[in-house]
Amino acid sequence: MWGKPAVMRTQMHNLQELRRSASLASKVFIQRDYSEGTMCQFQMKFPPELDSRIEKQLFEETVKTLNAFYKEAEKIGGSSYLEGCLACATAYFIFLCMETHYEKVLKKISKYIQEQNEKIYAPRGLLITDPVERGMRVIEISIYEDRCSSGSSSSGSSSSTSSVGGGGVASRAR
Amino acid sequence: MSVMMVRKKVTRKWEKLPGKNTFCCDGRVMMARQKGIFYLTLILILATCSLFFAFECRYLAVHLSPAIPVFAAVLFLFSMATLLRTSFSDPGVIPRALPDEAAFIEMEIEAANGNVPQGQRPPPRIKNVQINNQIVKLKYCYTCKIFRPPRASHCSICDNCVERFDHHCPWVGNCVGKRNYRYFYLFILSLSLLTIYIFAFNIVYVALNTFQVGFLNTLKESPGTVLEVFICFFTLWSVVGLTGFHTFLVSLNQTTNEDIKGSWTGKNRVQNPYSHGNLVKNCCEVICGPVQPSVLDRRGIMQEQLGHPGQPEHVNSTPQQDPVAAAPLMSNGSNENVQPKEEKPQPNTMEMSVQVPKDANGTKDVEK
Repeated sequence: MWGKPAVMRTQMHNLQELRRSASLASKVFIQRDYSEGTMCQFQMKFPPELDSRIEKQLFEETVKTLNAFYKEAEKIGGSSYLEGCLACATAYFIFLCMETHYEKVLKKISKYIQEQNEKIYAPRGLLITDPVERGMRVIEISIYEDRCSSGSSSSGSSSSTSSVGGGGVASRAR
Repeated sequence: MSVMMVRKKVTRKWEKLPGKNTFCCDGRVMMARQKGIFYLTLILILATCSLFFAFECRYLAVHLSPAIPVFAAVLFLFSMATLLRTSFSDPGVIPRALPDEAAFIEMEIEAANGNVPQGQRPPPRIKNVQINNQIVKLKYCYTCKIFRPPRASHCSICDNCVERFDHHCPWVGNCVGKRNYRYFYLFILSLSLLTIYIFAFNIVYVALNTFQVGFLNTLKESPGTVLEVFICFFTLWSVVGLTGFHTFLVSLNQTTNEDIKGSWTGKNRVQNPYSHGNLVKNCCEVICGPVQPSVLDRRGIMQEQLGHPGQPEHVNSTPQQDPVAAAPLMSNGSNENVQPKEEKPQPNTMEMSVQVPKDANGTKDVEK
């Protein structure tokens, strides 16, 4: 029991942790699409696990937007060359006080993902994890189930789910 | 366990990274564990340059041109900056798969392989992907539990998969990969210029002095110059050669690793699918293209503790206060058995670490 507080201490204020209070049924991983090179792009294939949860168009729209963001971040052209040359000319000291274009886009992406989670995915019991947190390898989509119907699917962890998860719900019920 | 409660220090993610790296400055600096040769590099450069600035530069600035030490200083500072940048930055380490993702990949592999009879070796774990109309094999990494992305390789010294792995360079004490290749290239380029520069002006210095006091006397009077010439002469060949080799690689958009393995030698019509087919464009992309920020988030604060293996999802469940994602959960009626607990919303992790006792009480109450 004393282990719990130590866990609590390191909690983080985001949707991901919060969703742990529901029972996690499974996770789907959208893999990278390498057909155009090593640029960060994700596959548009609709995973069958999400079939009953979300419309195909909504999912594709999200992945398409993410891909467009990443394409923007890794676009090779005048402005990226300018940034690279400028940084090189200052022996890369400029990076101590300047944010790269890529970093800016990544911030936009995490904001976009949070928005999508709040608007579209969370109400459907889904949650997208920012690919940055998974080393840009995958888009992780967690599928959650309501606790009353999850008895069969969550394996032997119902006690911890209900006690800790309950705390989350109660505090939110304020 | 109670010790953990008392300790309020935040754990940053670099402390839990599984590779064989060393970190300094609370995770800002990342290097390989063996750093002996890196110190040798530093000593060689610093010693040669300080001798050059102390003796020859002073003489040449007066007798030849004051621009000589200026150029030397610029080259020296640039090569030191790029060296430290190469050594201290994340080469592009791919974080290992978390248990969920590893299980997912494992499941996929099993589905693809079908049933392997007992006693038979399962087929090698390889995934084929098409890149620019070229089939490329992705190998499974048993350490990182992922299919390595194209061009990535596992560095045995650092025990990490590194993106666009070039090689592990003991001289800079780090892997050279996607994120620090340009620094590495600029380092060897500026270092070879610096070596040539110092070597050339040492010769000029000796020549000028020979006119005044004779050759043997010059060598006797300035043993530093002899040492510099000696060091420069031997580093010159290797560093200039290496720069030439890497210039060749950059212009073809290849890595040392691919070159050694002969991945794109043209056998079976295998061409490098990453090349733009244009020398200038390849160079621009490698040297000036956009570079991905480190995905390791070394300075990030650990949000999970791997307490109970087997069911990390539920053990780590923590009450959170976010109205948005709470909405779908509250529709079910199972929260009646829980006493309403008031817990203040906690805006950030730092603050949370201060509020440990309160949280602890909160949990205990909830669990009663």
